[in-house]
Amino acid sequence: MRLKTRRDAPVWLIALLPILSIGVAFIIGAFFIIWAGESPITAYIALIKGSLGSTFAITESLARATPLIFTGLAAAVAFRAKFWNIGAEGQLYCGAMAATLVGTGVIDLPAPIMIPMLFIAGALGGCLILLVPVVLKTHMKVDEVVTTLLLNFVILLFVNMLLEGPWKDPMAMGWPQAARIIDNGVLPTIVAKSRLHFGIIIALVMSVVMWAILRFTVWGYEIRAVGYNQQASTFFGISINKSVLMVALFSGGLAGMAGVSEVAGLKGYLTLTLSPGFGYTGIAVAMLAQLHPIGVIVSAIFLASIYVGADAMSRTVNIPNYIADILVAISLLSVLVGAMLARFRIVWGK
Amino acid sequence: MMELFEMMLTAGLWASVIRIATPLIFATLGELICERAGVLNLGIEGIMTIGAMAGWIWVYQGGELWGGVVFVAIVGMLFGFLHSILVVYLGLSQHVSGIGITLLASSISYYAYTMLIPFSTTPPKIVPFSAFEVPVLSSIPIIGEAFFNQSALTYLAYILVIVTFYVLYKMPIGLTIRMAGENPVANEAQGINVLLIRTGAVMAGSALMAIGGAFLTMSAFDAFYFGMINGRGWICIALVIFASWRPGKAFLGAILFALFEALQIRAQLIGADVIPYQIFSMMPYFLSIVAMMLVARRAAYPKALLVPFRQGDRI
Repeated sequence: MRLKTRRDAPVWLIALLPILSIGVAFIIGAFFIIWAGESPITAYIALIKGSLGSTFAITESLARATPLIFTGLAAAVAFRAKFWNIGAEGQLYCGAMAATLVGTGVIDLPAPIMIPMLFIAGALGGCLILLVPVVLKTHMKVDEVVTTLLLNFVILLFVNMLLEGPWKDPMAMGWPQAARIIDNGVLPTIVAKSRLHFGIIIALVMSVVMWAILRFTVWGYEIRAVGYNQQASTFFGISINKSVLMVALFSGGLAGMAGVSEVAGLKGYLTLTLSPGFGYTGIAVAMLAQLHPIGVIVSAIFLASIYVGADAMSRTVNIPNYIADILVAISLLSVLVGAMLARFRIVWGK
Repeated sequence: MMELFEMMLTAGLWASVIRIATPLIFATLGELICERAGVLNLGIEGIMTIGAMAGWIWVYQGGELWGGVVFVAIVGMLFGFLHSILVVYLGLSQHVSGIGITLLASSISYYAYTMLIPFSTTPPKIVPFSAFEVPVLSSIPIIGEAFFNQSALTYLAYILVIVTFYVLYKMPIGLTIRMAGENPVANEAQGINVLLIRTGAVMAGSALMAIGGAFLTMSAFDAFYFGMINGRGWICIALVIFASWRPGKAFLGAILFALFEALQIRAQLIGADVIPYQIFSMMPYFLSIVAMMLVARRAAYPKALLVPFRQGDRI
């Protein structure tokens, strides 16, 4: 028996990988539950019930998946070109700030114009802030990993400053939150008595759009080429800097839209608790999806249900809801290993 | 301006500079060792978090302080080992794997902390390392008080700067480590197991990162807070580049950075009425970005950094 490399793993194996990885995560996660002195079976049943057990649970999971689809796409498109944008968290808040700036009463237009305008503003917000690391990378060779990571902290402090200062809503009883988005800008809910809002439709549309761009356009071809082999791409006349810029605009824009969707859809106003790390979870979403825009939808829903289920579980079983983060982190690492192993084939005999 | 100048000469300021610098010294040295062997370790932020948590829990449950440091180092090594399996042996993306390690280590820290201390509004405290005056040296005016009236962990950090320098530049194993990051093929030609060297370096480096985190709970403060590492790990990655991968410069870089941080904290108190404190708090992150801009163009990255090595490969 020996291992042979193969150029392309079969589609069924690629499709199976994320499921296997989440399975591995649940098996390893069981030890953490046993450590907390609970039965993994009871805990996991509570988790599944909490995320898929009722219509309300399902709408909650889908509502949680919405920002993850955006940030997952943001990571997927950037990582395709090997541009390591780890700043989706900050870009999300920039999108949310842009939406707050435009959507809290400066202009009031009918909803069909107002809502797209908010998303465009948010996408611009995300793009603009990502331009800083991009220009530093393309013009000064500063590594984008560290700059995007550090900007997350700067942006969060900036939001904090706005919310404690000029943007503080006097009607909010002292809570640091901004004014509400005006009625025409609020994304309507799509299932009655739930928090599932129109944002998910936009997220699904963006997934298809990104898939089409990557698959059928010259831009998409260039982005993929740069990701595979920079030297070859340069040789064929693709400008690396231009591709990186394109990628960054898409990536930052998508992350910014996540912020708009949360502000105008879920919360209704900007707060510091808008995102419990959606930007970072987006990386796990993208990797589980093998960087495929359509796959992002599935993996975002998967991971979102783990989070929603873990919240419900922590209320019934005595287990901290951080178990969800552990499960997501382990699935991220195991899908990486799985994708590597899928490149090999077991050959029996010599 | 005069006030600022006078402040620069007080021992109090410099003592706090050293306190701020200590965790950065540990973690920057740790990252430096990893990168010198050719492995970027973005697990740093998470490993510091779990170091802070593990050391605190150890002492909280009645363990000895120094026993806690050993425990923390072992925990750090375990995560370093995991990172090595993924990026050294399996050759996976160092960026994604490192972020994965950070997510895993920080979520385990928060999980364990919430599980062990379930309902507390104020975080419970431990008795941390106390300051220890080094005889003779501490009587030097200003410098003595600042540098030599610190906790034992700070002295450990000073020693580690020298040890890291000595090992990397004066010992055969150091040459081997640096070669693993520059030209691993040459290592292999000598019959050295590159994968083992890289694994060892990543584990040692991760142990230092974990101790850096533990300094926060076992010396600088006496409790564990959520989000207490607050980007220090990422700042250390910038510091390694700023220090052009040299232990001595890493030490100076950490001190310089800590000086700005200490001045920033003091300025917050003075200027709070005029300028929002958040502006000051942003400074450390901006400073790290500016530091990288200054050196990025001529930064001499280890040549095999980020490049997985497979035995028998030829370039």
